[in-house]
Amino acid sequence: MTGLALLIPLALLCGLVALGAFFMALRSGQYDDLDGAAMRMLSDTEDD
Amino acid sequence: MATRALHPKPAAPVEMRESFLAVPGIHCAGCIAKVENGLPKVIGIESARVNMGAKRVAIRHDPALSPPDLKAALARLGFEAEPLADPGIDVAAAENRAVLRALAVAGFAAMNIMLLSVSIWSGAEGATRQMFHWLSALIALPTVAYAGMPFFRAAWAALRQGRTNMDVPISIGVLLTTGMSLYETVTGGAHAWFDGAVMLLFFLLAGRCLDSMMRGRARAGVAALLKQTAPGALVLDEAGQSLWTKADRLRPTMRILVAAGERLAADGRGLSGDSSLDISFLTGESAPVRVHAGDAVQAGALNIDGPLTVEVVAAGADTVIADIARLMEEAGQGKSRYVRLADRAARWYAPCVHLLAAMSFIVWIIAGAGLHQALLIAVSVLLITCPCALGLAVPAAQVVVCGALMRKGVLVKDGSALERLAESTEAVFDKTGTLTLGRPVPRDLDRLDAEDRSVLLALAQASRHPLSIALRQALEAEGVRSATLDAIREVPGEGLFADRRGVPVSLARPRCPNPLSELATEYCHGEEVHLLTFTDALRPDAAETLAALRAAGLLTLIASGDRPKALEEIARATGTTAIGRLRPADKLALLDRLKAQGQKVLMVGDGLNDGPALAAGHASMAPASASDASQLTADIVFMGDRLAPVAIALRAARRMVRVVKQNFALAIGYNLFAVPLAIAGKVTPLVAAVAMSVSSLIVVANALRLNESAK
Repeated sequence: MTGLALLIPLALLCGLVALGAFFMALRSGQYDDLDGAAMRMLSDTEDD
Repeated sequence: MATRALHPKPAAPVEMRESFLAVPGIHCAGCIAKVENGLPKVIGIESARVNMGAKRVAIRHDPALSPPDLKAALARLGFEAEPLADPGIDVAAAENRAVLRALAVAGFAAMNIMLLSVSIWSGAEGATRQMFHWLSALIALPTVAYAGMPFFRAAWAALRQGRTNMDVPISIGVLLTTGMSLYETVTGGAHAWFDGAVMLLFFLLAGRCLDSMMRGRARAGVAALLKQTAPGALVLDEAGQSLWTKADRLRPTMRILVAAGERLAADGRGLSGDSSLDISFLTGESAPVRVHAGDAVQAGALNIDGPLTVEVVAAGADTVIADIARLMEEAGQGKSRYVRLADRAARWYAPCVHLLAAMSFIVWIIAGAGLHQALLIAVSVLLITCPCALGLAVPAAQVVVCGALMRKGVLVKDGSALERLAESTEAVFDKTGTLTLGRPVPRDLDRLDAEDRSVLLALAQASRHPLSIALRQALEAEGVRSATLDAIREVPGEGLFADRRGVPVSLARPRCPNPLSELATEYCHGEEVHLLTFTDALRPDAAETLAALRAAGLLTLIASGDRPKALEEIARATGTTAIGRLRPADKLALLDRLKAQGQKVLMVGDGLNDGPALAAGHASMAPASASDASQLTADIVFMGDRLAPVAIALRAARRMVRVVKQNFALAIGYNLFAVPLAIAGKVTPLVAAVAMSVSSLIVVANALRLNESAK
């Protein structure tokens, strides 16, 4: 039981962190141009 | 430190402005790098960012640079570009993002609640179960409130108008299940259905998310092809100074200067200059029209030969284009009355389900069960019949078919377009630009020898005249290399003149009027004279495609604005009745007549003159070479020179409707099996979760069979 008290909040926290990261990525426009992102990794020049 | 001295920063920071340009030529990582690294080297441009999906470049630049300057900068890098109006706030993209956020929240919640539920199913009891139920409630309540919002909102909107759609049973099911589970949790009951409610939301949001992403991609593809009429023009003031003015600031009596290769920003009257205009966007005719001082010119026309000075007669909402746009808007209102397949199913499904739940409640009360137990059973009936599979049945099939069609170069812009396409009973085609390529193709090029061809290519490369472009494309396709010429010069309105090893060569307007064909040019090499004629060629597979449509049970008809004489040949080649001399309003009336006869018309057209008919058709398709307005109005846009996509899309749409109906049957079959269990009170949260996932998986798997549908 004591294990649960630690593990359940921990599991929820991990999930929330992942959710927060996804929201940040969405907000910063990383999902706006999926085709372009696939192309950019082939580019040799190291811009931005 | 030395480097800093070499690149001095401007003393006062200038306020930068952001402009958008459509660049259809961006294809690969190399193009992106070329644009993003090349543009900032131009003085006044701070940075450039390519959006590959939308084929769009966002440029931050000094306000002193006008759109033509930016266009020229891109042209120097080797890319054709068209300035775009400020996209403003993209409503569709915002909606897409909202659904994606809701999906993420529902996914997070569903996973965590499932984790807790699995512990309960494997035997957690007493205080542990109680705690797990509370934890589930803690996660589920905010999730339902947030992720369920799209459904609640749509359901409320439908109910307020006295209609019902798929969202109504979904909302009732989710809300009742959540409420009942909360009650169970508070009173310490054995079962809570939080996992079921949240999982249901997750599956449905997944379907909705796929749907909106697919539509967004198609829309972006079309928007990339979209060229604005003209964002503005150079206005000449009294002192003879010219100033770049935006289109919405143009007023009648202003004098504007239109360079060769530019589009007109307003309707007007030629003041000086002698040129020809490409008004194919209006008439669908590819032959340029000659204009002299005093002739009327229309906004959107492309100036081909020489500079023109035009006095503005009408601008903005008063132009001819704006008139046609209004006609289209009115014609398109009928389409919004179409009721989608899923909603038609829901009309029958929702009342049945709710009646069933109410009946089981009453029957259990009569049979002597307590209020609490009867309510539990009614809720479980609602949960098990909640149209999870039904909600996925349509979007899953649609997304798979749209993806398959997109790989074939067919962009489906509207979710209901395929359903409407599958229902159509008669196909009406425009001629110029739809059955034909809509651009001149040179005839009898093989009469010329290799030397003449390479000279011809060199001449054609030097001009932007449509006939030169047609020659260049045809010759380059044959692998001809251009010869080196001296002293190439273009005389506006006349043609191109040059020297080849001391012999004068020219590509010019024919000196004697040509009675056979309206489109011709004369090629001279020394004393030799060749008359080159052009035709608007039929799309390579037009006849087969029309035959395929007839084989699929559709009636076919050609409706054109052209002279009946010009239609004879095409009507014979395709074996189809053709009607000529139709103005935009006549085409609209023709469609209304067919509609009154009970036909559901698929309209295929490209010109602005087809716009109202495209809007009025039960379904509509346009080639990617069509005018902007037509592409915006058409439900489906297809790429390339072939007409086959029309038949392919029709076949795929019919297969999709078949699979959707199969999916409905599967979902109902599953209900026939599960509902008796629910009414008997045998459905535990575990059974509900398993049943729901399995039925959704089956429906999605069935939809995936459509992946090969666009063959």
